[in-house]
Amino acid sequence: MKAGIVVFPGTNRERDMAIALRSVTGTAPVMLWHGETSLPDLDLIVLPGGFSYGDYLRCGAMAAHSPIMREIRTFAARGGHILGVCNGFQILTETGLLPGALLRNAGLRFLSQDCWLRVEEAGTPFTRNWKKGDVFRTPLAHGDGNYVADVTTVDRLEGEGLIAFRYSDAKGVVDVADRLSNPNGSMNAIAGVLSENRRICGMMPHPEDLVDPLMGGVDGRPLFEGLVEALVQ
Amino acid sequence: MSGAVREVNEELAREFGLTSEEYNRVVSIMGRTPSFTELGVFSVMWSEHCSYKSSRKWLRTLPTTAPWVIHGPGENAGVVDIGQGLAAIFKMESHNHPSFIEPYQGAATGVGGILRDVFTMGARPVANLNALRFGDPATPRTREIVDGVVRGIGGYGNCVGVPTVGGEVNFHRAYDGNPLVNAMTVGVAHQDKIFLSAAAGVGNPVVYVGSKTGRDGIHGATMSSAEFDENALAKRPTVQVGDPFVEKLLIEACLELMATDAIVAIQDMGAAGLTSSSVEMAGKGGVGIDLDLDAVPQREPGMTAYEMMLSESQERMLMVLKPDRTDIARAIFEKWELDFAIIGTLTDTGHIVVRHKGQVEADIPLDPLAEQAPIYDRPRGELKAVEPLGPIHDPVGIEQALIRLIGCPDLASRAWIWNQYDSTVGGQTVRRPGGADAAIVKIEDTSIGLALTTDCTPRYCQATPRSGGAQAVAEAWRNITATGARPLAVTDNLNFGNPEKPEIMAQFVAAIEGMGEACRALDFPVVSGNVSLYNETRGPDGEAISILPTPAIGGLGVLEDVSRSVGLGMPEGGSLVLIGKTDGALGQSIWLREILGRETGDAPEVDLAAERRNGDFVREQILNGAIVACHDVSDGGILVAVSEMAMAGGTGCVLDVPDSGMRPEAFWFGEDQARYLAAVQGDGADLVAAAQGAGVPARVLGQIGGDSVTLPSGAAISIARLKVANAAFFPDLMDR
Repeated sequence: MKAGIVVFPGTNRERDMAIALRSVTGTAPVMLWHGETSLPDLDLIVLPGGFSYGDYLRCGAMAAHSPIMREIRTFAARGGHILGVCNGFQILTETGLLPGALLRNAGLRFLSQDCWLRVEEAGTPFTRNWKKGDVFRTPLAHGDGNYVADVTTVDRLEGEGLIAFRYSDAKGVVDVADRLSNPNGSMNAIAGVLSENRRICGMMPHPEDLVDPLMGGVDGRPLFEGLVEALVQ
Repeated sequence: MSGAVREVNEELAREFGLTSEEYNRVVSIMGRTPSFTELGVFSVMWSEHCSYKSSRKWLRTLPTTAPWVIHGPGENAGVVDIGQGLAAIFKMESHNHPSFIEPYQGAATGVGGILRDVFTMGARPVANLNALRFGDPATPRTREIVDGVVRGIGGYGNCVGVPTVGGEVNFHRAYDGNPLVNAMTVGVAHQDKIFLSAAAGVGNPVVYVGSKTGRDGIHGATMSSAEFDENALAKRPTVQVGDPFVEKLLIEACLELMATDAIVAIQDMGAAGLTSSSVEMAGKGGVGIDLDLDAVPQREPGMTAYEMMLSESQERMLMVLKPDRTDIARAIFEKWELDFAIIGTLTDTGHIVVRHKGQVEADIPLDPLAEQAPIYDRPRGELKAVEPLGPIHDPVGIEQALIRLIGCPDLASRAWIWNQYDSTVGGQTVRRPGGADAAIVKIEDTSIGLALTTDCTPRYCQATPRSGGAQAVAEAWRNITATGARPLAVTDNLNFGNPEKPEIMAQFVAAIEGMGEACRALDFPVVSGNVSLYNETRGPDGEAISILPTPAIGGLGVLEDVSRSVGLGMPEGGSLVLIGKTDGALGQSIWLREILGRETGDAPEVDLAAERRNGDFVREQILNGAIVACHDVSDGGILVAVSEMAMAGGTGCVLDVPDSGMRPEAFWFGEDQARYLAAVQGDGADLVAAAQGAGVPARVLGQIGGDSVTLPSGAAISIARLKVANAAFFPDLMDR
């Protein structure tokens, strides 16, 4: 799988993502500078976490207008696969490649903790190694992860099976009002969403930080292993 | 303090923080009345903050060498050999005064400053830690400060993408008007790619990179060298404003440039900004330096030479480059959209010459500026006698006392704080906050792990500064040992009151003596550090209140094979063994304070030979796999430590101590030092036998299992109940 990781000024989880990708592919992904105006041949583009442009104006808003995003829109239009994590998810919503927006966490504080995610839609390139209803642990670390969208959009996402992951407790029970299991207060406890063609996935938590038993677990590995299986012909 | 140029005289010098005698020395060095800018340069370079004039004599007594020490104090940060050709570079620094005046920015720029001290040496920062002391939690101002400081540390560290992996927090009314914010950064570099600050090469260009210079932070170093009065909050404009986004760019740009051979010397512009960086770089290199301030990137028009030289605007670095490499360097900084300006050259004059708008604004000989800097052997008075321990009775019983202790401000869960710091960015955090006695961070692409901790017990230092200083070092060493790591070196952050008061100076010297003894006994040298004096606040009645003496220790240890580290969570079964001797020391204990409301008695004795023997034994037994989880016994004593292991691991323990031979509260809550709780598989007899062979006291304390901590009386305290009691304090205080 040929993967590229986009680096904006202020991106800071590109190394975590590179480690995770390398651990499943055996080769280092290429780093793509935000100023690039052409892309190499890639199977997957990852927009990693961080504080692109210092989160100034609005998380992801300035990155959405950087030169490389024009290329990424074209890549998406041609059916390319894109994973956006944390700030990458914010950038995808700001770009309009995914619906909705990420607001300030409901508790108005930055949150760094483990959370549980319930797989809502199996069989996508991002979730194929899970079954619907599987629950896995992953760290999250963000100040603006409170997913919102207008009711029509959310209804459409729910109806068309475009919710990838939902925050839940360890047993898979979802309670939108419970700040322990839905820590940032996301609408319908949505943690990750998919594009209509299911080739673009945005999520707030960091599966890339849980791919090594030394770091406390490998709950995040199935996502990356699944991508390799799906994208290597 | 306005930047407007005024007539230079002794009165102005005093306003700038110089004494009459110091001013006369300036005049004698210059052979004339100094210019306004020159006086500014002298006053910041000779401030307590930059010159260490009250502390230097005593800092020299600390051990600073070991075979694994590559650079001790004197560089921007300490450097130690961690194997495989790599070096750990680390330092801790205070930002106390700014954090009281403007908690968010004070704490944030504290993190930014210490990060720069580390990456300026060529290291990629891999971990941040902190040591925080706040006032009485019942005071509204304390809440504001906790909120701002925690947001500031998180706001900066999270954005730059360096995980904040550990720290410590205490509350005490002595910090009401003067909280302590000590920030520590650890970085990793190749041993053959370490950058130093000594300038070299007459004619080489002096280059300014990073943010533009503004009027913020002027005279910050002087502010940090005076006690507060009731007007302290009016000094808010002297607090710098941080931009972690620019810092992140600066880290990446500097590391990219450091991979080339362009840099001769580099230093960050920290306290006293352009003045201290240029003076120190030229001074260390034995060269002169000419600065052209017209070339300095400026944020606002009309800045004077004085303002530019003293500005503490953040995220700036000064470098000396090889002349034929400036284009490479400029391209890198332009790529990262940072300012890059050649603002001067190295000369052979031995002077710093500052030009601005066609005028020479300062021309100071560097040698006397450094060598004739004042150094004081300040008089030491008597240490305050400790109030005797007094009669002990137990009004509440063991069970109730435990619940109260684990819920008290000094022992309650810190998760509310940790959860606002990104502890996993970088993907190398093996033991997160609360997972082990020291945080463990793996070095990417190696098997090496670093064990990191910050420690100090100020109430011990207040009672008996000498043993308190030793205890702070010993506890850091013990926390590293309890993970299986080998302690290598420390950075210290010495926070004290006004050194011009003989009793404060006595505390300071005694604490350093104790630290030195412990560092020597434990082969744990001091490789970097920072001194913060004048931590006092003058109340409306004119009485100055000093903080508790707080020599915070940042410890660093190494594991060759990080997979051998252990955490503190109770495993699923086996036995719990107590290592070390228990005498039931209740003096200055948390139990005494929380249950009897007293801060009396001697602090626990620190037996460094026992500390060494017990710790070396524990480390060996961790590395050979016998000990599967370990926790040191410190604040709150044995029962608090057992409860912490139970809460972390989710498994309880049935304690079985037929007869401790002492009062139960003294046994369970006494704070004797050099002790560990070790979880082993089986009945623990093997470990006890091995300990006896090593001359280390050990006894089986109980059997691991169940979902409660069960006392010998049969009373069972469920882990769920412990967690509720432990978790409440911070959310109740901060989110109500």
